[in-house]
Amino acid sequence: MSNAAVLHSNIGTMHDDHSAHHEHHHQETFINKYVFSQDHKMIAKQFLITGMVWALIGGFLSVLFRMQLGFPEESFPWLEDLLGKWWAAGGRITAQGYYALVTTHGTVLVFFVLTAGLSGTFANFLIPLQIGARDMASPFMNMLSYWFFFAAGVIMLASIFVQTGPFSGGWTAYPPLSALGDASPGSKTGMDMWIISMALFVVSSLLGGLNYIATILNMRTKGMSMTRMPLTIWALLFTAILGVLSFPVLLSGFILLIFDRNFGTSFYLSDIFLASTNTALPNEGGSAILFQHLFWFLGHPEVYIIMLPAMGMVSEIISINSRKPIFGYLAMVGSLFAIATLAFLVWAHHMFVTGLNPFLGSIFALLTLLIALPSSIKVFNWLTTLWRGNIRLTPGMLFAIGFVSMFISGGLTGIWVGNATLDIHLHDTYFVIAHFHLVMGVASMFGMFAGVYHWFPKMYGRHMNNTLAYIHFWITLIGAYLIFWPMHYQGLAGMPRRYYDYSIWESFKQFSELNRFISIVVFITFIAQLLFLINFFYSIWKGRKATNLNPYGANTLEWTTPINPGHGNWPGEIPEVHRWAYDYGKDGKDFITQTTPVGEEESTEHH
Amino acid sequence: MNNQPTTHRIHPHKFTLWMAIGSICMMFAGLTSAYIVKRNQDNFLEFDLPIIFWLSTIVIILSSVTMHLALKAYKARKTNKFKMFITATAALGALFAAMQAVGFLDLENHGIPLIGFKSNAAASFILVILGVHALHVLGGVVALVITFVKALFKKTNQYNNIPVEVLSTYWHFVGILWIYLLVFLIWLR
Repeated sequence: MSNAAVLHSNIGTMHDDHSAHHEHHHQETFINKYVFSQDHKMIAKQFLITGMVWALIGGFLSVLFRMQLGFPEESFPWLEDLLGKWWAAGGRITAQGYYALVTTHGTVLVFFVLTAGLSGTFANFLIPLQIGARDMASPFMNMLSYWFFFAAGVIMLASIFVQTGPFSGGWTAYPPLSALGDASPGSKTGMDMWIISMALFVVSSLLGGLNYIATILNMRTKGMSMTRMPLTIWALLFTAILGVLSFPVLLSGFILLIFDRNFGTSFYLSDIFLASTNTALPNEGGSAILFQHLFWFLGHPEVYIIMLPAMGMVSEIISINSRKPIFGYLAMVGSLFAIATLAFLVWAHHMFVTGLNPFLGSIFALLTLLIALPSSIKVFNWLTTLWRGNIRLTPGMLFAIGFVSMFISGGLTGIWVGNATLDIHLHDTYFVIAHFHLVMGVASMFGMFAGVYHWFPKMYGRHMNNTLAYIHFWITLIGAYLIFWPMHYQGLAGMPRRYYDYSIWESFKQFSELNRFISIVVFITFIAQLLFLINFFYSIWKGRKATNLNPYGANTLEWTTPINPGHGNWPGEIPEVHRWAYDYGKDGKDFITQTTPVGEEESTEHH
Repeated sequence: MNNQPTTHRIHPHKFTLWMAIGSICMMFAGLTSAYIVKRNQDNFLEFDLPIIFWLSTIVIILSSVTMHLALKAYKARKTNKFKMFITATAALGALFAAMQAVGFLDLENHGIPLIGFKSNAAASFILVILGVHALHVLGGVVALVITFVKALFKKTNQYNNIPVEVLSTYWHFVGILWIYLLVFLIWLR
């Protein structure tokens, strides 16, 4: 294909015919193989492992604040030894420490784990392998994307250790807490570092996203028409489009915020009296709501940036392990498109209680409820793909089914909070926490686990341990429900989120034992995640070696590469594609790979 | 790269640029819609734009012309002409950015502070929107200088039109973006 020939003439020939190209053989050093690599597979692994480190940190932060929520009266002296006085004076999480914990937990999980860790990993890994390309359209930009993300991570990590603490005004960074250094300890250096880190993160996402789109639309192998692409690729395409169109708007919001913070402008600030310095600020005419509009114009698509890659991988994994074609391929693509479009039209449903015009509120409620349509199409199609399938419950498949379960449970409550009238009661309560953690947090983590377990043999040429994986799955599934299900009841009773101590509230005292229960489940579930980490790192070096090129009997192109593909993916020519990716159980054959030409007597549906 | 088989597919780098242009458009859509929201609220100062913004418009249009000539010269393999026009484009781009800065100072001198506690959001928006645009122009100037240096130290006789075409498209885009911003600011004051 000409585009591949133009861009990757240097890497494509690397592995074929060593004698002829001997003098051109490119020497791989440790630095350019493992550090500043331009191989999409290595960059994917970098994203994955960095994402895992962040998941560990972000998860641990939630363990700490659950200690405060579950045991508000107890003190744990070892906490002060571990974290110091600022975070845990006298062995009890301090109020400022608590707000810093919830803010950093949210930022890290949403952006670093479920955006960079999820789509960074699988877009990089799967796009070239599944569309039949030697690498991304611009491997160099791809490398930059990772290193911008890495720099963003270093700065965010450093902000946890500054004297005044990390930013603590919530992951949404609403002004004035984010705009005024004197508003809270975390609003000082911590916020400066937060905003620098996030700006670098936006650059990383844009560089990555541009590359994913250009690669999918321009670098497909011969025969790989758009309608023959696996659903993973469709999902990653829409994810990248969402990111490329919404992250710049967040950046404009941040630029205005930087001016308010550092140059005394009044975009977001008006009529403020600061108790900490006992002064009235001269800022006039600003509007904090403006920031919310700019933030949620990204913030809502961001939810789908997190969801869609998981949806794509789940579609693929469910179809492979049910040994059946995906039900309603075009409906799946159409619903992805509908979700991606609606993503831009619903941001104000995060702002129903900001004094939004009720007429506008009703429009946003309507558009929000419309998302239920494509979402239920997807759920229906996953269930009908499973229906009467020849199901193989591999760990990847279990997590994929778990994803569907989480998505249904969390999605149904979306219909509640999407209603402006109900939201007035439920806004900023534990109901919302339960809703979004199930539907995008846990569900997408399940998608990520499914992807890692499923594609691990392709990544490292070895298998992960199944027994550990099954234990990990069941504890995580049960744990996630036990953590988030009770929160619905707390939220319905009006228990607000982000409070430091509920035991002093007459109305919420009744939940102290439930809170303790949730916290204990959090500790167990967190420890179960260590099983995954141990399994992952042990299996990289000591796992059972993959001996089968195509261990799942899958149709897609990544399984036509060698077990440990080099840079360039295919030793010889890139294979040509003759059919879609879902010919399972067709004409009595278990599976027919995409590279198999269509036979003469083959039935004519779907090529 | 000269004798590539002709394909109807767009070159991936050109395509990436178009996507990036879409992305930059979204950023300015964010900024200008924030401007519209603020404008409809109380206390939005009205003032005239400095004359120099009209002059800078002429400069950036001229730079688009020289960029076009540079691309033409490159395609005709007239290296000296190409170097001349690309230098002119970079110089005009830098001049444009300097003129925008003069415009900011002009507003300050007329008692319309752009930053600080006495500033009005209407004026601060001028600084932010035009400042971010000028940064995009300066980014283009850096790319022009790199292209010039590459042309200067070029040893082979190989020509690849793609980087120059990508640069030229970007350059025309920032020019058009400026005209949009100017019309926007005149229209909505």
